[in-house]
Amino acid sequence: MNTWQPDAELKILRQRAQTNKAIRSWFEERGLLEIETPVLGDAGITDPQIQSFKLGSWYLQTSPEYFMKRLLAEGSGDIYQLGKVFRAAESGWRHHHEFTLLEWYRLGFDELSLAQEVVELIQYLAIDQTVKPVISTYAGLFAALDLDLFSASNSDYQDLLAQAEIEVIGDLSDKAWRELVFAELVQKKFPDDQITVVHDYPAEDASLAQLNRDDPRVAARFEVFWGSLELANGFHELTDVNEQRSRFIEDNKQRRAAGLPEIELDENFLTALAAGLPDCAGVALGVDRLLMKLFELDDIREVISFRS
Amino acid sequence: MATYSTNEFRSGLKVMLDADPYSIIENEFVKPGKGQAFNRVKMRNLKNGRVVDKTFKSGESIEAADVMETEMQYLYNDGEFWHFMDPDSFEQHAATATAVEDSKLWLKEQDNCTVTLWNDNPLSVSPPNFVELKITQTDPGLRGDTASGGSKPATLETGAVVKVPLFIEEGEVLKVDTRTGEYVSRVKD
Repeated sequence: MNTWQPDAELKILRQRAQTNKAIRSWFEERGLLEIETPVLGDAGITDPQIQSFKLGSWYLQTSPEYFMKRLLAEGSGDIYQLGKVFRAAESGWRHHHEFTLLEWYRLGFDELSLAQEVVELIQYLAIDQTVKPVISTYAGLFAALDLDLFSASNSDYQDLLAQAEIEVIGDLSDKAWRELVFAELVQKKFPDDQITVVHDYPAEDASLAQLNRDDPRVAARFEVFWGSLELANGFHELTDVNEQRSRFIEDNKQRRAAGLPEIELDENFLTALAAGLPDCAGVALGVDRLLMKLFELDDIREVISFRS
Repeated sequence: MATYSTNEFRSGLKVMLDADPYSIIENEFVKPGKGQAFNRVKMRNLKNGRVVDKTFKSGESIEAADVMETEMQYLYNDGEFWHFMDPDSFEQHAATATAVEDSKLWLKEQDNCTVTLWNDNPLSVSPPNFVELKITQTDPGLRGDTASGGSKPATLETGAVVKVPLFIEEGEVLKVDTRTGEYVSRVKD
């Protein structure tokens, strides 16, 4: 149906403006500097699970992470950004290919102290709602299903999904089976009024996180869920340029295997890492989803003025 | 044969799965831990009406089902098949008892119905929302009693039984809502 009218109600857009204001004053009080980085960048992202929109020789940014880390390497100190990012082929009631991301970095924080700050921000914004925070390791959540994260096999995952009458169409990698168990049997069951912090993700999910110093089977990565909706993803940031470069090369290997275009490495970002990224933790929070929870709406399109 | 990828899934799309035609009811995109993306899909088997949940790896493709809905006129029942005619092409289609399972008690000759065709064979038949049918049997009416709230069963010419007010007489024609199976009103000649 063609209509000129907005997808979100004006009432929601007014609340959205209020929330932006509250977020900015919260960060100002804590002494973080608001910065803006390009939406249209020279470099893309190698992550095989994230696809960019390409415009000529530029990429619409899927995250401001590399630019923000270049600022950190330059000595910016704690910074935050509230801006638009774009991810191709992601749409549904909790995905939109253009969305608003709140990303911030804290020097000297580790992943757990930053996760705590994320929970504080959510509680600050959710003044009328009671939300109790619960923190678990990824392995702990799997143990509750009688699965040992470090030794479980595909057939263990398949049996459990079959018992839950979840039928899968398509060939899945080992990692995808594990992710499906997480989505269907763990994440989906988080209570609505609970904020769940999950940390110590399997090392293969490290992305841009360091590995845990005491247990390299897991990465210093966390995600924050409100109910079953994932709101934020954060890392104790990897600062080792050689490790970062080899992860990017591995990403491109997986892209090749999946028939996806390889993406040129962001050498400016890697050079910044070589120059020295201070020890820090960073997190990205999906603002549209946060608004869905704050305003108790079921569809991301209800908080977006116009969908495309 | 055309195929659809999961990113084209939307409600109402007709697809083939395990050799049966399905209609997609709901499609939900999920991407746990920024990893493999999936589509959680609720779909209805168009042969038996059963609703199933399937999880597709995003990017998978499945065959389109050659399913279309057509307005057709109901002609007659020969004891084994129910016959329908496309009023534009005059082409006739024979529906099995399974296809008319839910609608046969509302099928009146000459009425226009919605017939769902799969590979040109009737898969299911939806009667009009309202049909007018004659009462073949009901207990004698209480003449003039249009006020009391009582009701009684009445058998219609198609074999359907509906609850009617006490004043309704055998031989009268009723308007019935086929979605609820409820009496709506008398039809005056």
